[in-house]
Amino acid sequence: MMKRPSLFSLVLAMPLLLWQLAFFLFPLLFLIAISFWTVKMFQMQPDLSFANWQRILTRGVFWDAYLRTMILATSAAALTSAIAFPASYAISFKLSERAKRWMIFVLIIPFFTSYLVRVYSWQVFLTDAGIINAALGHIGLGPYPMLNNTFGTLVGMVTLCLPLVILLQTFSLNFVNRDLIEAAHNLRCGRLRTVVSVVVPSAKVGLVIAALFAFILSFGDFVSPLYLGGGNPPTLSIMITDITKSGQQWPRAAVVAIMMIATLMTVAFAAIAYAYKERGK
Amino acid sequence: MTSHLARPTRRKLLTMTAGAALATPFLSIRAAAQTTNLSMLAWYGHAEPDIVGEFEEANNVKFTPKYYTGGDNMLGLIAQSPPGTYDVILSDGEYVQQLNAAGYIQELDAADYAFDDFFPEFQKFPGHWGGDKLYSVITRFGFLGVSYNTDEFSEKEASTYNVFADERAKGKLGHFDWHLPNLGQMSLWNGNPSPYDIDEAAWAAVQETTMGLRPQVGGFFDYGGTFSSLKSGQMTLFAGIGDWITGVLEKNGANVRSVIPEEGGLQWTESFSIGKGTKNYEMANKWIQYITSPEGQAKSADMAAYPALIPSQAGWKVLNETNSAEAKRQKMVMGESNVMDMIREGRIQFRQLPVQQDLGTWNDFWSDYKAS
Repeated sequence: MMKRPSLFSLVLAMPLLLWQLAFFLFPLLFLIAISFWTVKMFQMQPDLSFANWQRILTRGVFWDAYLRTMILATSAAALTSAIAFPASYAISFKLSERAKRWMIFVLIIPFFTSYLVRVYSWQVFLTDAGIINAALGHIGLGPYPMLNNTFGTLVGMVTLCLPLVILLQTFSLNFVNRDLIEAAHNLRCGRLRTVVSVVVPSAKVGLVIAALFAFILSFGDFVSPLYLGGGNPPTLSIMITDITKSGQQWPRAAVVAIMMIATLMTVAFAAIAYAYKERGK
Repeated sequence: MTSHLARPTRRKLLTMTAGAALATPFLSIRAAAQTTNLSMLAWYGHAEPDIVGEFEEANNVKFTPKYYTGGDNMLGLIAQSPPGTYDVILSDGEYVQQLNAAGYIQELDAADYAFDDFFPEFQKFPGHWGGDKLYSVITRFGFLGVSYNTDEFSEKEASTYNVFADERAKGKLGHFDWHLPNLGQMSLWNGNPSPYDIDEAAWAAVQETTMGLRPQVGGFFDYGGTFSSLKSGQMTLFAGIGDWITGVLEKNGANVRSVIPEEGGLQWTESFSIGKGTKNYEMANKWIQYITSPEGQAKSADMAAYPALIPSQAGWKVLNETNSAEAKRQKMVMGESNVMDMIREGRIQFRQLPVQQDLGTWNDFWSDYKAS
């Protein structure tokens, strides 16, 4: 039988509740409301019009951008998780406690610098005459187009997500029961099979949550698609700025934003359900 | 000797603190009364020290800028603010009529400004007047044409919009991400003498021409992205901009330039209005008088954020005396081939809002083009 929460625990939970009400629920309700408003002479006017929804959802451009954003965010989450895992594994299983602490500190350092600055600095590396193509040129390769395309966008998204994903994966791997690994080895389980059959399932929750964070951050990212992808072709976040720039169509932009929030919530619930799903159930 | 002030008693200390606290508001009020705060809604750069510094010092004024990108953005900001929020408003020429129609700007007294100093073409600028009533004063203008990397293309090659379809421009053509200048240029390329006043057949042809360029496009850039992609050489051709961008880069040593192609170029204009409901009309008026004076005009031509042409003949004279290199670079020299000749030869058309189509129609097509 579940115990009723005490008054003390309710009081402790109040700040979080108030925060969520003030900065998530009320703005979300407002966003939903303005998606039914109209714009006249660059001014929003309260209304109950479905025209914005109809206009956005019946345009192929929106669905193209939606699909493109989904693919980009999924690719970024998969790519980041794949790149991060060997590093997280090494930090968690191979390094001394002291070295582990240093690595975690090093992974936090990127958060000291603005993401925009990091993305701009990537341009120096990725242009046709940039550092990477210049290096490749010395061995007779290239130049390869790396900027203003999907590759550039993915580089930016991985830059955004990688430190966070490594940290989350590392914390999750730290909690893997070392006895299980020893038992697997005793039963003549190879290194790779131990990782696939023992380590990954044991750290499943953390690994899925890390990938989920990468998806969420990439799905709403505006900076990389614009400054490394050249806005070419546009993602949903770029579409929002385009819509607001011309004619101040905030209600239409609200429709796009609601669709993005609905997608993120669906993906988040599905990922969490999968992460906590017990084997065989 | 130990003074009682050097080592005050607790009571004395409290009295002194209370006295200082009570006096502070009077000091603040006095200071505030001396300085006028003038809010300015403008493109980036217009309220920076290189432009307003001298005026601020001479008139004890402090500008509070709110910068925008694009006329729609400006109208949105005004629409969402209470009357009187902005004392002076810098607007692109095509948006002045909308500002006036919405009642956001005040009528001005034409006698307050040195229109006699201006070239005749700018003395009664279209859209700035409603009959004999003046609502906005032109302060700068510029041309939009083909912007190119001088290492990749010659001026002759860039002197036609056909260069956008050149094989060497594949993936190297950038667009300034605003439909009005880009589609206006496409319309000129199609041979429309009034690029924004086109019928449905001509509009369909403009869309077809634009779509044909899509494989050439390397990206759609905002203000900062335009600068960096041109400077790095990632984009070697650019549509929708002019010397207002390449001039800044050129002055800093980049090999980029703009040219007006044989099919014609577009003209943008900027003008100052006074916001309706302002409490600082006199000072706002004084600012417009200053920036349209010969000295103010010469300063404005060489604005650090982006250079521009100036409509004042007297301003040209001062610019030639104080900064002849910039006057020569921007072709604002009397007695030789200059920018006014281009206007008089009919090579330049005003950038304006579409006449026969809805603005939303042009914007929707631009979104489709970007996503295609």
